[in-house]
Formats: sequence, structure tokens, C-alpha cells
Amino acid sequence: MNYVFSFSWLAEYYPVLLKGILITIELTVVGGLLGVALGTTCAWARALGPAWIKPPVSAYVELIRNTPFLIQLFFIFFGLPSLGVRLTELQAANLAMIVNLGAYSCEIIRAGIQATPRGQFEAGASLAMTPIQTFRYVVLVPALQRIWPALSSQVVIVMLGSAVVSQIAAEDLTFAANFIQSRSFRAFEAYFVSTVIYLVLAIVLRQIMAGVGGMLFARRSVR
Amino acid sequence: MIEFTLWDILRNLLLAARWTIVLSLVSFIGGGVVGAILLFMRIGGSSLLRAFTRYYVELFQGTPLLMQLFLAFFGLGLFGIDVPAWFAAGLALILWTAAFLTEIWRGCVESITRGQWEASASLGMGYVQQMRYVILPQALRVAIPPTVGFSVQVVKGTALTSIIGFVELSKAGTVVTNATFQPFIVYGLVALIYFALCWPLSKSSQILERKLNVAHRNH
Repeated sequence: MNYVFSFSWLAEYYPVLLKGILITIELTVVGGLLGVALGTTCAWARALGPAWIKPPVSAYVELIRNTPFLIQLFFIFFGLPSLGVRLTELQAANLAMIVNLGAYSCEIIRAGIQATPRGQFEAGASLAMTPIQTFRYVVLVPALQRIWPALSSQVVIVMLGSAVVSQIAAEDLTFAANFIQSRSFRAFEAYFVSTVIYLVLAIVLRQIMAGVGGMLFARRSVR
Repeated sequence: MIEFTLWDILRNLLLAARWTIVLSLVSFIGGGVVGAILLFMRIGGSSLLRAFTRYYVELFQGTPLLMQLFLAFFGLGLFGIDVPAWFAAGLALILWTAAFLTEIWRGCVESITRGQWEASASLGMGYVQQMRYVILPQALRVAIPPTVGFSVQVVKGTALTSIIGFVELSKAGTVVTNATFQPFIVYGLVALIYFALCWPLSKSSQILERKLNVAHRNH
């Protein structure tokens, strides 16, 4: 092996990497928050909603969970314009991540809701709460607490999956790596550095999710 | 300009789907073998091997599969090997699958209660005998549903290999789109073919889990 590793390009290209990191973080934050919100709504619909709403929500969840994220992204970015929906790369990437995480987190949160003891619903009803109020104040938070570790892993998986959005030219961290390797011809080094950055982002994100969990469920006894 | 019928599109996509299936099988079987070896290292005696597998799993679960593919594709090239896309794709997917399967199976082995280890030890069984006759037969039952469930992730993971130039279903989707200018139909069909491959796996994983849960409650 006569190859000499060189990381001297870092000095010149670090702003590109930095911008890529920021966009990956932006995608993860927006996708994470709105995705979990969508997932919670769908989980409510599937577990407690009216009968007519269940089949379409189930179809959405099954369809997304059984197709690759890359194809969902291509469908949204290349396919939807023929229906007159034209999105920028970043909007399409954001939308794809929200839709994707929505389906996965729906299943996770639903498991948490269905593990709620019936007495909790009855207690809510006996306090004259409406079903929505019972869900919001009695059921949801303990349900989220139960499945928080699984939800955290899913958010990390979605963050790592976001590497694919570079394929529609959304300028995330992978896009930056592609850009650098096409300029400096240092393919291995460029991908190596960005892989390490992804690893650090994943570890930090896991810590943040654990911290948020600690804050959300601070004063509740674990069941 | 040539007109493409729906059948032309579908036929070409289905031809390419063969390679998605082949790559999925290779990755799943190869990943299973490597994963099994890693599992024995992970739960075996040597603390050095245990640490190695822990970091291995952390590394492959904490970085994007796409980056692993890029590194396999460009990294092997550094050694002067002319790497074909299928080789890099297979290698990266096998290593990635192994990391996840090891972690799933470790959970299954650890779900077997300590008493089973102690009982078999008290019968004078050695480590290999304990694993062979007592632990693995029980762990296998627990492991089947999540393993089948993970195979869905493997099939979906193969879609990423299109990015390093392996021609399978996703790549065919891009190629056909560029020829027909009908992304909505083409990617819709691609999604449906993936769905047809993955949904039976997801469903059987759910059914197996329900069956095994019943067995669990009868303990």
C-alpha cells in the first residue's frame, strides 16, 4: 500500500463541513420534533381514535415502514412535482424525515399507550375529563416515559439515515463530504472524517435524548 | 421518442429486483454467520474480545450505512484493489447486518435466566455443552421474531447500494425515470415492489412474536 494519507484539505474545507453539520442538525431537530408530533397523533388515532380513522393510518404506517427511506425521498422530491407539489431540496428532505419518523414513532408510542392500565382511563373519566383530556393529562406522559429508550434510538437512526438526503442535493454533512472528495480527490479521508463526525453526533444525540427524558419525567415515579 | 408502456417499466424494475433479493440474501446470511461469531466473542470469557465486539457494534450502529458503503468502496481501493460495486456493497452490508444481529441475539441469550446456567453447570456441563444443549435452544425461540423483523431492515438497506453504483431496484428506478420522465409512476412502482418484499417479512415477524408470547405466558 503506497497511499499517503493527507488531511491537509481540512484547513481549506472546514467551513463546508461546518455548514453540512449544521444542516444535518437542523434536519434532525425539525424531523425529530415534528416527526414525534405526527407519530403521537397517529398513535392516538390507531390506539384510541374512531374506527374510520384506523385503516388509513395503518396503511400509512405499514407503507412507510416497509419501503426504503431513499425511495420515499425520491418519490417526494422527483415524484410529487407531477402532482403540482414543488419542494426545495431541504423542504423535501425535512418532509421525508418527518413522514418517516412519524410512522416509526407511531408504532413505538402506540405500544406505550396500549400498556396503560385501564384504571387510568377510568380514573380520568371519573374526574369528568373528556377522552382528549384524559389522553393529554393522564395517558400520554407515562406512555412516553415507558417507550422513551426505544424512541431515542429511533431518532438516532433517523439522524443517521439523513445521510441519504445528499442524493437530492440537500447540502448536509454527506453532501459536504461528496463535495470535498470531488475537489480534493481525498475520498477516503473525506468520508472517514465525516463518519467520525456522525459517530460523535450520534453519541451526543443519545445523551441529549436521555437528558430530555430526565427533564420530562423528572417528578414521576417509574412504573 | 420511444413510448414506454407501464409493462415496460414494471418488467425492467422486476428484472432489477432480482439483484435486490440476491444482495439481501447474501447480506443476511453472511451477516448471520459473522454475527454468530461476534455473539460468541461478546458473551464469552475473554474481556478483550468482549470489548472489541462492544466497540464494533457501537461503531456500526453509530454511523450511517451510507458512510460505511463509501468507506468500503473507497477504502479497499487504497490497497490497490479494483473494487467492484457489488463487492463493496456486499462487504459493508454483511458487516452492518452482523453488528445489529449480534446485539439482538445478545439480548436473547441474556433473557435466559441465570438459573438455567447454574442448573446446567451443576450437571457438570462445560461452556460449549451449556450453550449447545440448554441456552441456545431456548434463546433461539426468543430470537426468531426480532431476527425476521430485522431482515426487513436489510432489504431496505440494500437500496443504499445504488448510490455507490450497484444496479438493483433503486438504481433501476433512477435509470428508468431518466428514460421515461415519469418519476411519479416509476418511484411509486419501486416503492410497491419493496413493499411486496418487506411486508410479508414484517407480518410474519409479528405473527411469530404473538405465537411465542403465548408460549411465554404458559411458563
